[in-house]
Amino acid sequence: MSASDDRDVLRLSVNGVEQALLVGPYTTLLELLREDLRLTGTKHGCELGECGACTVLVDGVAQLSCLVLPAQLDGAAVTTIEGLAEGSVLHPLQRAFMRSGALQCGYCTPGMILAAKALLDANPAPSREEIRQALAGNLCRCTGYASIIEAVEDVARSAS
Amino acid sequence: MNLSPATHDGQALHVVGKPLPRVEAVGKVTGGTLYADDIDLSGLLHCKLLRSHHAHARVLSIDTSSALAVPGVVAVITGQDLPARYGIMPTCEDEVALEHEKVRFVGDPVAAVAAVDEAAALAGCRAIRVEYDPLEAVESIEQALLSPGSEPIHDYAGPANIHRLAALEFGDVEAGFARADHIREDVFFFEGNTHLPMEQHSATAQAANGHVTLWSSTQNPHYVQRILASVLDLPMGHVRVVAAPHGGGFGGKCDPFSHEIVVCKLAMLTGRPVKCTLTREEVFYTHRGRHPVLMWVRTGVDASGRICAMHFRTALDGGAYGSYGPASTLYTGALQTTTYAIPAYRFEGARVFTNKAPCGPKRGHGTPQPRFALEVHLDKIAEEIGLDPVELRRRNYVKPFTRTVNWLRITSCGLEEVTDRVLEASRESRRERRPGHGVGFAVSSYMCGAGLPIYWNKLPHSECVINVGRGGVTLFCGATDIGQGSDSVLATVAAEELGLSPGDIRLVTGDTGLTPVDLGSYSSRVTFMAGNAARMAASRMRELIVAAVAEEEGCAPSEIEVREGKIGRLMFEEAAVLAEERLGTLSSHGSYSPPADIGGRYKGSGVGPSPAYSYSAAVVDLDADHCTGEVHVNKVWLAHDIGRAINELAVRGQVEGGVYMALGEALMEAQVYRDGLHKQPSMLDYKSLTFLEMPEVETILVETVDPEGPYGAKEVGQGPLLPVIPAVVSAVHDALGVWVDEVPVTPEKILKALDARAKGKEGRFGPKSFPDVPYPPLVKVTPPDAAAAAL
Repeated sequence: MSASDDRDVLRLSVNGVEQALLVGPYTTLLELLREDLRLTGTKHGCELGECGACTVLVDGVAQLSCLVLPAQLDGAAVTTIEGLAEGSVLHPLQRAFMRSGALQCGYCTPGMILAAKALLDANPAPSREEIRQALAGNLCRCTGYASIIEAVEDVARSAS
Repeated sequence: MNLSPATHDGQALHVVGKPLPRVEAVGKVTGGTLYADDIDLSGLLHCKLLRSHHAHARVLSIDTSSALAVPGVVAVITGQDLPARYGIMPTCEDEVALEHEKVRFVGDPVAAVAAVDEAAALAGCRAIRVEYDPLEAVESIEQALLSPGSEPIHDYAGPANIHRLAALEFGDVEAGFARADHIREDVFFFEGNTHLPMEQHSATAQAANGHVTLWSSTQNPHYVQRILASVLDLPMGHVRVVAAPHGGGFGGKCDPFSHEIVVCKLAMLTGRPVKCTLTREEVFYTHRGRHPVLMWVRTGVDASGRICAMHFRTALDGGAYGSYGPASTLYTGALQTTTYAIPAYRFEGARVFTNKAPCGPKRGHGTPQPRFALEVHLDKIAEEIGLDPVELRRRNYVKPFTRTVNWLRITSCGLEEVTDRVLEASRESRRERRPGHGVGFAVSSYMCGAGLPIYWNKLPHSECVINVGRGGVTLFCGATDIGQGSDSVLATVAAEELGLSPGDIRLVTGDTGLTPVDLGSYSSRVTFMAGNAARMAASRMRELIVAAVAEEEGCAPSEIEVREGKIGRLMFEEAAVLAEERLGTLSSHGSYSPPADIGGRYKGSGVGPSPAYSYSAAVVDLDADHCTGEVHVNKVWLAHDIGRAINELAVRGQVEGGVYMALGEALMEAQVYRDGLHKQPSMLDYKSLTFLEMPEVETILVETVDPEGPYGAKEVGQGPLLPVIPAVVSAVHDALGVWVDEVPVTPEKILKALDARAKGKEGRFGPKSFPDVPYPPLVKVTPPDAAAAAL
C-alpha cells in the first residue's frame, strides 16, 4: 500500500462472513458490495436514494446502500439478497415472491424482498397499510405492487 | 377468474393456462441473475460519454488531447471515428453515435472516453474541450411548424421542422358528415412521459479475431446487430448481440443507442472489453419515450348514435431525431378503427423535430394518445345527444371476423364481453353517489405484433430451434425476455407439446450468435409470433419421438400418449434416446410469418396490421377534491380479451402493471423541459405511483381463443394500459363536472377547469385550438366492399 493511500481498514460481517476490507472514504456501501465483493444481487437504480433498488439490511434495518458510507459501519452486520437463502433452501419471502408473481423484470426484487424482511422481522403481522408504508420507498415499474403486497401478506400469514 | 376449460382443439392442456412461477424466478429472488451491468470481464475498461449541454448548436471543434493525458484514460473517440449515419427505420437514418458537426438536444453525445475505472473516464470527459456555436432552439410543436429562426434541426424533410406528414382518407368522409345528425369537434393534448425502467441502460463489448460481442440491456438484439454491423463496417455474422437479463424496457430499450455502438468501437480499438452504464439522469435524456401529441377530432353521428364519419388530426413532438417516428405518426391514426366501425375515416398526422430528447415507442406506441382523445370525445358526444356513453360505444363496436375501413383484418374480438364483464364487476361502485365521487369507462384494442418488420424483408418474424439429446430439451429462440415473461411462454409452449414441465426446458434466447432470429420484444409480438414458432418446433419434435416410439411398440402414432414426462410407456428421456438411435441428431425447427392479407395496400398501410387484436375495457372509480384538485383513485376494474392465458399469473401481472403505468401517465408522469433542460431528471422529481397511491385492481380475463394465436393466445403487455387513461379523465368529469382534455390530469389543471366554470366559462382545461399544419393532399383509399369486409 502506498503512503498516500487514504483507505481505512473496515471490519464488516457480510452475509455472516467476517471481513477486513480496505475502503476509500468516498466509496459507498453499494459500490463496496457490487464492485469490491462482487455481490451484484444488490441493484442500483439511481444512486441518489430515490428508488430503493439498492436496499440491504444493516444490523437488521433496511438501508439504502447507495447513501451509506462503509466507514460509518465498522463492526456492523450487512445482509444482502445473496445472504437470504439457507443454502439451497429459499427464504419464505423469496418463495412467496415467486408464487405470487411479485416479480417481472426482477430488478427491484432484491431490494423489495429485503425491505419486506426488515418489516416482518420488526412487525410479524403487519396490516396492509403498514406493508404499503414500509415498502413505499421501493419503486417497481412492472408489477403494479399488488402481487408484492400479496407475497408479504402470504408470508406473514403462514408465520402466524 | 373465469377461464375456459383447459382444452385446445379437443386436447387436454396440462401446463398452458396454469398460474406457474416464472422459469427464471429463482435467479431473480436470490440475486443470481446477471443483468448487463453485473457482467465483469478480465481487463474491463469503463466508458463515459461526454454530452452536449446545448439544446441546438454547431460543433466547431473538439480537442481531446488533454483527455488522453488523464491518468487511467486508455482511449478517446469522437464522431470522426464513427461517421456512419444510422437509425432504427431505414427512412430516417439521421443519427450518428457521436455528433461532431451539430448537436440537437441537451444530452446529445459528442465524445467517449474509455478508462480503467469510471472516475478516470469522467475525468477524461471533463478534460475534453468542445467549442460550440449555439443555434436557436425549437421547444414546441407550434414553434417547429414556423419558419426556423436559424437553420432547421435536420437538413432533410421539412418544410420548417416537420419530420413526417401523412394524409389518408378511407371512404367518402364529406358524404358521411353530410348525412350526420350531430357533429362535434374537440381538441386534446397528451403530454410526453418516459419509461423509467428500474435498470439503467448498460452495455459491455468484447472484440477478438475480427468479431465483436455486445451484451446489452436491449429489447431488440436483432436490430442492434444489424445496425452495429453497418456502423462498425463488419459483416453481420461477425457481430453477436446478447440481450442480457433485462431490468425493464417498456419500449425504452428498442432503439440502437450511442453507448452500445461506442463500447464496440472502443473494444475494437483497445483490444479490451469495455462497459458503459448510463446514470439515471442520462436515462432521462436518452428517453425515446411517449410523444407529446396535439389532437383534433371531428365526428358525425346519426340520430341513433352510429358514427357516420370521423376526421382525426395529430401533431407529434418528436424531439431531436427520427427514431421510430414515421411509425409513431401513423400509429396515432391507425387503431381508432379496431374498436369502432367507422364507415368513412380521414387521418392527417404530422411529426415535428424539436430540440429535446428524442421520442420513440413506449407501451402502446403512438396509440394511448389518440385512444385518450377518442374515448373522451365519444363521452362528450354521448352527453351531447343524451345517450348512455356505454350504449353509444356498443352501437359502434366492430364485429369479430370483419375488415375495418382502413383494411385491418379483425379476427377474434371480445369487445362486447369485456364490456359486459367490467360493468358487471363494478356495478355496486357505479351505483354509489357522493360528492366528488366519479366513475369512468373506456375500451381499447391493441396489436398482437406488428404485421411488418422495421426494415423490409420477407424472412420469418420469429424462428425457433429445439434440440433434444443428453442435455435434455434445449430451445433456441431470438425472443428477448424483458420481464414480460417471454421465456416462460416459450418454455410452457414447448413443455405442453412434449409432455414436460416448463422447468424441464433449457432456454437459449435473445442471442444473435446462437439463436435463430426473432425481431424483438416490441409491438406485443412475442407470445403470438415466437409462441407459434416454438409450438411448431416442439410439435415437430414430438412427432419425431412419437413416431419412433410407435414403431418400436408396433402401434399407430395416434395411440401414443404424451404427458407427464412420458411418451407412451417410456420416460421422455428413454423415448428420446430411442428416437436418436433411429434418426440421428434430434433437431426440429419452427417459424412464424404473419399472414399476407391482414392489411391494405396503400402507402402507410404497413402500420396497424396485426395477425390479431386484443381488447380491453376499464372502469375507474375515484374521488376528486373540488378544493384541492387532488384525485384519489379507489379502484380499477380491467377486463381483457387475452385469447387464452398461457400463464394466468403472468397475464395478471401484465394487466396490473399496465394499469399502474396508465395511472402514472393519467395523473402525474410528464417529461417536460425548460430551456432545453429536463425539468425533473430524477426518480424523486419525476413522479410515479408508489405503494401508497396504487389502488386495488380487479383483473377479469376473457378468453376468446384466437384461431391463429398459440393455443388461442393474444397479447397482454400493452393493451390493458390503453383504456385506463381516458377512463380516469371520464371519472374526473363524472366527479366534478369538468373536462380535463390534457393528460396528465394534475390538480392544477382540475382547479383551472373548475375556476373557468365558476367564472361562467366552459368547465374545461385543455388546448384551445389545433395549429395549422401543411398536411399533404389526401391519399384516397377505397375501403373494402361488403364481401371483403365480412371475412
